[in-house]
Amino acid sequence: MTIPAYPTFPRGDSELGKPVGILTLKIDDRDVSARRGETILEVARENDIFIPTLCYLEGLSSLGACRLCLVEIKGVTKLLPACVTPVRQDMEVVTDSERLRRYRRMILELIFSERNHVCSVCVSNGHCELQTLAQKLGMTHVRFDYLYPRLAIDASHERFSIDHNRCVLCMRCVRVCDEIEGAHTWDIMHRGISARVITDLNQPWGESETCTGCSKCVQVCPTGALSEKGKSVAEMVKHKEFLPYLQIMRRNER
Amino acid sequence: MGKIRMATSWLDGCSGCHMSLLDMDEQLIDIVGKVDIVYGPLVDAKVIPEGIDVVLVEGAVSTDADVEKLRLLRERSAILVSLGDCAVTANVPGMRNRFPLAEVLKRGYEENAPLNAQIPREDLPHLLDKARPLHEFVPVDVFLPGCPPPADAIVYMLQELLAGRIPDLSNKSRFGA
Repeated sequence: MTIPAYPTFPRGDSELGKPVGILTLKIDDRDVSARRGETILEVARENDIFIPTLCYLEGLSSLGACRLCLVEIKGVTKLLPACVTPVRQDMEVVTDSERLRRYRRMILELIFSERNHVCSVCVSNGHCELQTLAQKLGMTHVRFDYLYPRLAIDASHERFSIDHNRCVLCMRCVRVCDEIEGAHTWDIMHRGISARVITDLNQPWGESETCTGCSKCVQVCPTGALSEKGKSVAEMVKHKEFLPYLQIMRRNER
Repeated sequence: MGKIRMATSWLDGCSGCHMSLLDMDEQLIDIVGKVDIVYGPLVDAKVIPEGIDVVLVEGAVSTDADVEKLRLLRERSAILVSLGDCAVTANVPGMRNRFPLAEVLKRGYEENAPLNAQIPREDLPHLLDKARPLHEFVPVDVFLPGCPPPADAIVYMLQELLAGRIPDLSNKSRFGA
């Protein structure tokens, strides 16, 4: 019987004396280690360092859409989104500063001013990631003029409805439908401030031929934009715990 | 220490914030000993007096009368508190903002009135095009969101103001509360 050769890994790291593929860096003056290819956000979370996020969801691809996870990196003048920035050797990351707090608050205020987020009458009141972030990041009011757009609600689906007044364009519904359910019912039409999530080719959700009715989009939606019918104010509690389990099961099957 | 002169006001809101103010149970006794309420729906004063130390304003700005009242309160008060979601965000009164004013009036006074349908044009304040938060009209010193803000948050805020501090209220309440 021949003993199989011990697997060898290509040496991608010039740092001598370290296990291959392991990088060391500093986050908020703390020495942390990371695997090559990990993002700043992943490493921060592994080390219990808080970085606010809204569009990011573990188990889905990362987008860098909401910009709440912006961090400072020493030697880089721009702020970079932690969810899509890979770590590098000797990087020095700052996750909390006056400048970051100012930008994050401004981003939240712009999100609130762009649509009609009326927390007091929302199905997701008390269970909303946007509402929680506003409180956590110390946003007590919005300094920009509210736009009060006139937006539609599509309640044509038998079990769910979409309220564009509450949508933050995080694209979690688009990603979970495409990447996990494999249906790709959701997508985005238009650009910038006129962007909207749509089902199929902007047909009513209830007439969608691709929607499987799995409700994954509803469960991952951070706000009250996607909800189950029959839920009243503050009654819509989302369950996104399924996502990591699905990911683990898929990994084990490979 | 003399009592501070406090006023409260109720613009386009449901009075829920005033209810929350009264909902502080026995802590009310302590507060009442330290403040004189000189104006507002809780007392009988007919005109806004001069020299107010703190004014709590509930409700969004929805009419020309609201604007006038708010400006006067601002002028005569050292500290103006934006109390509750309607004052801070326009909240429920602001839900009409996405419809043209003529449509709103028609809906409220004609389509939904089975008898004697007519849009009032006299003796009532003029509705503005949109209901808007206080800070779009006057400078605001303290923001306390919530629908309504919890009584404990109001107590904490008043105690801090009585102690001469502008409180940080971000972790005491939230939008929609």
